[in-house]
Amino acid sequence: MKYVDEYRDNNLIDKLLRLIRSAATGEYRFMEVCGGHTAAIRRFGIGSMLPENIRLISGPGCPVCVTGTGFIDKLIACSRMEGVIIATFGDLLRIPGSSSSLAREKSLGADIRIVFSGLEALEIARSESERKIVFPGIGFETTAPGTAATLLEAEVSGAGNFFILSAHKVMPPAMEAIVKEGTIINGFICPGHVATITGASAFSFISEKYKLGCVITGFEPLDILYAIYMLVVQVNSNAPVTQIQYSRAVTDMGNLIAQNLINEVFCKKEEYWRGFGLISDSGLGIREKYSKYDADCMIPPGVEADKEDRACICGEILRGLKTPDECSLFSRICVPENPVGACMVSDEGACHTYYKYTNG
Amino acid sequence: MVIEINGKTAKVSVGGTLFSAGLHMIEDVVVGDYVLLHAGFALQKISEEDATATLKILNEMKTSGSK
Repeated sequence: MKYVDEYRDNNLIDKLLRLIRSAATGEYRFMEVCGGHTAAIRRFGIGSMLPENIRLISGPGCPVCVTGTGFIDKLIACSRMEGVIIATFGDLLRIPGSSSSLAREKSLGADIRIVFSGLEALEIARSESERKIVFPGIGFETTAPGTAATLLEAEVSGAGNFFILSAHKVMPPAMEAIVKEGTIINGFICPGHVATITGASAFSFISEKYKLGCVITGFEPLDILYAIYMLVVQVNSNAPVTQIQYSRAVTDMGNLIAQNLINEVFCKKEEYWRGFGLISDSGLGIREKYSKYDADCMIPPGVEADKEDRACICGEILRGLKTPDECSLFSRICVPENPVGACMVSDEGACHTYYKYTNG
Repeated sequence: MVIEINGKTAKVSVGGTLFSAGLHMIEDVVVGDYVLLHAGFALQKISEEDATATLKILNEMKTSGSK
């Protein structure tokens, strides 16, 4: 496939590994903050290709993993309401809420349908005009503009039965939270798809303020290895900057149309991240002028207080403090078929990828 | 790769599988363009020029002195 096969070229991979081994004279810890990178690093076995003095750490880049139990509880409460259809991305179904999950509610008769985009959810709203459709807005700067575009289409077409429950988040404040917490890293492998929207400039404050290298990176083996090489060179020269490796998709300023869509529909707000708690200005709430589409207004009172399994260490894994194999539940009780924590659910979750590619 | 465009949506082939993609975030898309597809929307067009340039840099990197 074009733009894929060329970036999996074995000769160039060997060459980059030689360059990395030659340059890596110290100890390095780099964090990837995109679930797509976590999955690609495991899938291609990149960690095992690297010398032992370069360690890759997963961060909070899997959108369903950082979504709090309370959000799932709200969706479950909506799904139990008369006349409501939940139209959702599939990976939300199996995330445990406090005492149930959307998958369980579906098995008990709730009308929960899997869609691939907000536009598909809007189509359901048009064809089921007597019902209320709730679309969970999950994800970072990559999915938020799509949700915004969907809401604006609902406005144009007068779909008054379409609602969004937003848990959209923006990535840079979470990266700053990691640095402020003191997690020891020497640089960030920055999220390539998020940066197509935000532009590389959204990350440059991390290099400037916290003196950490940021390399915006693509998702093929050559992309990731090249980014690691760039970060090693930055650390060696003590010159942290924000660089674009993924130049075939990312610019400094990003996608202005998508940014305008986000700004039109959403405003920044404090948001809960699993593992972190509340982070200022890291969430995207629906603006007052579009509040009639905000499903938060229809949540029934008395949604149970969220609770998580105390033995689950998803939170510490998302902050880069622990790895999945340090969890007492991992692969014993918590498996993809029976996930205890969100990190075992998604294809992009650190526990899921670790289980899939380490346990065979 | 974009196969067909109908107003604000397109049919996009990913390795032969067809997906529907909203074109709300990108302009001047034509059939044959390569786009980044994410959650039902095209996020960005892929720059052939930059894709080639990255590979050229990698090809020209010198590994002398390394094992």
